[in-house]
Amino acid sequence: MSGKITRSPSPSEVGIPMFTRRNIVVGGSVLSLAALLAACGSDEKSSDPTTAGTAAPSGDSTATTAGGSTETTGAGAPTGDLGEVTLGGIFTDDVPNRAILAAIETTGLDVKLNSVDRDSWVQNFNTYLQQPDDVMGWNAGYRMRAFASKGAVGDVSDVWETIGPEFGEGFKSASTGLDGKQYFIPYTFYPWGIFYRKSLWEEKGYEIPVTWDDFLVLLEKIKTDGLIPIASSNDGGWQQMGWFDMINMRTNGYDFHVSLMGGKESWEDDKVKAVFENWSTVLPYYQENFAARTWQEAATSLGAKESAMFLLGSFLVSNFDPEADPEAQAIIDDIDFFAFPEINPEFGQDAVEAPIDGYMKAKSPKNPEGANALLTAFGGAATIEAGVAIDSSVIAANSAADTSGYTPLQKKSAEFVSAAKYISQFLDRDTDPDFASNVVGAAFSDWLAGGSIDDVLQSVEAQKQTYTFE
Amino acid sequence: MSSDTTTRPVTAAPPAGRRKYRVLSGGDRLWLKFAVGVPAALHIGLVWIPSILTAILSFASWDNLRPISTVEAVGFRNYWQILTIFDINLFPALFNNLVLIVWLFVCSAGGMFFAYLLDKNIRGSRIYQSVFYLPVVLSSAVVGFIWKSVMFSKDQGLLNKVIPGASVDYLGDSSKMFEFQLPFMDFSLGLSKNFFAILVAMAWRHIGYIMILYLAGLKAVDPSLREAASIDGCTEWQAFRQVVFPALKPINVVVAVITIIEALRAFDIIATLGTQRGTEVIGTLVVSSLTGEGGGRTGIGSAYGMLLFLLCIGFIIYYLINNFKNTDAT
Amino acid sequence: MRAPTIDPRRMPGYHRGRRVALQVGLTAIAVSWLVPVVSAFYASFRSYRGDSLKNGVFSLPERLSFDNYVDAWNRGNIGRAFGNTLFILVPALILTLFFASLVAFACTRFSWRFNVFFLVLFTAGNLMPQQVAFQPLFQIYKRIPWPDILSDTNTGYLLGTKISVVLIHVAFQTGFCAFVLSNYMKTIPKEITEAALVDGASVSRQYFQIILPLTRPALAALGTLLFTWLYNDFFWGSVLLTQADQRPVTSSILVLNGQYTTDYNLIAAASVMIALPTIAVFIALQKHFVGGLTLGSNKG
Repeated sequence: MSGKITRSPSPSEVGIPMFTRRNIVVGGSVLSLAALLAACGSDEKSSDPTTAGTAAPSGDSTATTAGGSTETTGAGAPTGDLGEVTLGGIFTDDVPNRAILAAIETTGLDVKLNSVDRDSWVQNFNTYLQQPDDVMGWNAGYRMRAFASKGAVGDVSDVWETIGPEFGEGFKSASTGLDGKQYFIPYTFYPWGIFYRKSLWEEKGYEIPVTWDDFLVLLEKIKTDGLIPIASSNDGGWQQMGWFDMINMRTNGYDFHVSLMGGKESWEDDKVKAVFENWSTVLPYYQENFAARTWQEAATSLGAKESAMFLLGSFLVSNFDPEADPEAQAIIDDIDFFAFPEINPEFGQDAVEAPIDGYMKAKSPKNPEGANALLTAFGGAATIEAGVAIDSSVIAANSAADTSGYTPLQKKSAEFVSAAKYISQFLDRDTDPDFASNVVGAAFSDWLAGGSIDDVLQSVEAQKQTYTFE
Repeated sequence: MSSDTTTRPVTAAPPAGRRKYRVLSGGDRLWLKFAVGVPAALHIGLVWIPSILTAILSFASWDNLRPISTVEAVGFRNYWQILTIFDINLFPALFNNLVLIVWLFVCSAGGMFFAYLLDKNIRGSRIYQSVFYLPVVLSSAVVGFIWKSVMFSKDQGLLNKVIPGASVDYLGDSSKMFEFQLPFMDFSLGLSKNFFAILVAMAWRHIGYIMILYLAGLKAVDPSLREAASIDGCTEWQAFRQVVFPALKPINVVVAVITIIEALRAFDIIATLGTQRGTEVIGTLVVSSLTGEGGGRTGIGSAYGMLLFLLCIGFIIYYLINNFKNTDAT
Repeated sequence: MRAPTIDPRRMPGYHRGRRVALQVGLTAIAVSWLVPVVSAFYASFRSYRGDSLKNGVFSLPERLSFDNYVDAWNRGNIGRAFGNTLFILVPALILTLFFASLVAFACTRFSWRFNVFFLVLFTAGNLMPQQVAFQPLFQIYKRIPWPDILSDTNTGYLLGTKISVVLIHVAFQTGFCAFVLSNYMKTIPKEITEAALVDGASVSRQYFQIILPLTRPALAALGTLLFTWLYNDFFWGSVLLTQADQRPVTSSILVLNGQYTTDYNLIAAASVMIALPTIAVFIALQKHFVGGLTLGSNKG
């Protein structure tokens, strides 16, 4: 008997039994169990949409499901004749989910919700646009203008004729495409600022810095006091962009910043190098090992009084949940923010970073009238009030919205932004998105990890040449 | 004439060396045509044709949103760009792939080692088998969550809690463990610490997978051979090297090819662990250009894709020739 | 027929003490192998905000409950997601095995010009990186109109239906399965089909009544492997399906990744639920796994 294998041994020769009844039973029961579970899941399919117009307003809405679809029948005036409108966006978190459901209720429309998590939404938006919902959540700025100029989204100038009076100039220009038409309905916004805990600063005697020199002196003081001066994170590669934006606008002015974002300036320009020089003076005061830390972890250290300040958007407070943690409310009440310090007196503190979120219309929606109705509602005060009442981390863009229910932080944010001369949208929304994350974000990561500034900027400039900016 | 066909001897003698072929009926031919044609049409239409289209698109520029009429032919420009301007992305990624190939070979050896140990008919070998293979049946989303949050997380991860000393940022630390500079590149290549963390996660999965392949292979090795070796006074290592390992040759070929191809097209685990800077491989470069935030770099993404394909094709051809040559010989 | 049992005492290098050391060593390695999974399992029973966040992730629990499971089930719409997975998995599994066996049958039992060519085509196709085919496939699906009667999502086109995912799975996996089954079918003696030929059986009868039953062990083995691969697919389910409520269960874990908050224990519970079917199938049908992986590899 030779040891050479001359043909494939059949499974039975290597000890695999024939398909036995026992195995069929086990395998079959696994599958049927799964089928049973699936049947339970699909029973959630809710009410027949055509009853929306005829039933008396019963205010019914289905269970909050963060993933997948929810059919909601509004409790407002019967508008069943408009049919079902589909709405897609980032509604998977508990609070934003409840907020959007409350907002939809006020519209009285039959809306089918497609809730996707943030990463999938943003990553797959390009493919999503090939088969979009009627209305979709998105951001203002270059991010919107790029898609608009490619003809990928619908013109909503007609909706703006109705809602226009209730929005400031800054919001309208942020919603306008390069051809002068509007493609975006603003809904909420939130400012970026340097957040801190009031009680900690009082206790240590820190004062809010206004100039860059004051700022550096303060940072040194905090460090000698044994605290972490600046809470830092960069998971996802975008948080550090906030620092670049603010330092750039303070050092070189808002116009230069917009120009640079628009691809019209060279990244090897001395002005850009100056930004990095200024930035490097605060790096020693960063929380260590921040490259993969999430902003939630950094925010937690701020709340725990381990670090003294954190440059982030006002969504920072959503990290503290009063329902789960009794101390959270105390922390939220204790949090305040101040404007990024001035670097160049010529520009002062005139620019503010406040990304605007809102909605766009599909190029060819299945339900055009329904889409327009929903967008008009979103642009109205009543709807946004219902949403903001639940989600207090954002502020209504509509200037007619009632602000009496705002928390102190929300009120301060609203004033802060309305007093600003210039509003920027944040780096990844102000420039080509691919350029932002794959080139600039990566370059920042490289530089922060200790790369040479000249090499990094040269590479950015070279890669920039391969992009077409609108 | 008796029609009791079951007793008629089957060896109704065709001359030696020649088979007797029945002529297939028209219905039979049609059946066979469908039997092969339908699956082949599906396979060609959904796998080969898109791949060929990707090859074509790699010579074009398109943003995936505007109509097809806006596709613009640009010759070799995409390839030129990824080799010169985007080399800062491409070469570190390719180097990571290379590291992955070496690492997965080491893991395959580990798999073979475990298989050999488990083959000794020890108690509970079925349990050990299940344990080592478990990571392979888990979805990459689950594996990603386990390693990203449970093991490697800087503030909550098990490794940081258990290993004394300062917290290590396993996934974020892109500083290099070792570096070197090639003359024609103005950046250095090296193994990032966070890529090493990914290697650990991939080993967790790969070892079990290869182990099972070798387990089955070892079962097919004739034990009388090994007994004979023992009687002859071989040490275990000698017996392994001269008897067992050669008998595993067919499996070794398969494992080698699988290992290389998996290393080249790695994507899932790296993506679910967040594709941190320093952990890119050619697979992630393709996807980030085709679907990422911009998603409109169809030409560049396709060029990366074709590069990936070209790297794989050599090994695919080697595998095919190896297998089908043996087929014809048998 | 079982494999001849190895008597360890007659193998080279046998030594009592070494065997004990071996058992101990293997046990230690096995335990450490399981640590990641067990930690996730443990985390799934604790509450994030109330417990892990304050006391640390690996502290002793304040309270153990199934809350996370219920929460993950509802918020992640996991029941529905399982349904989606089944909708994709079952047809894909059956069709792949059916098509692959057809191709293997035609290519191995009959001699014709393009025999080997087709096998090569299928095998090479399976080794292709999936990323390469994705973009044009998307565009192709976008342009194939699909009637509502046959569609599960009524998008008007093949794009966006779960059927499109089934089709790409079948197209990809048929390759490997055809290759493996063809190896297996070669081991079926020609005499069996020869007898049928002489009896005047049609090709289709040969296939259904002779070859298919004989191939059952291989089909079972491949089936278990295929189940795992199809179930664990992450790529196609997330890039081809833009509506979140159509996605299979492996993509549903993403839904629980909050934009602002990552409830670590919640995701742990979701992970356990998602992993259960494949683990159950694996434990029950383990032998078939081993068989399936080796069907294509033990080639002389």
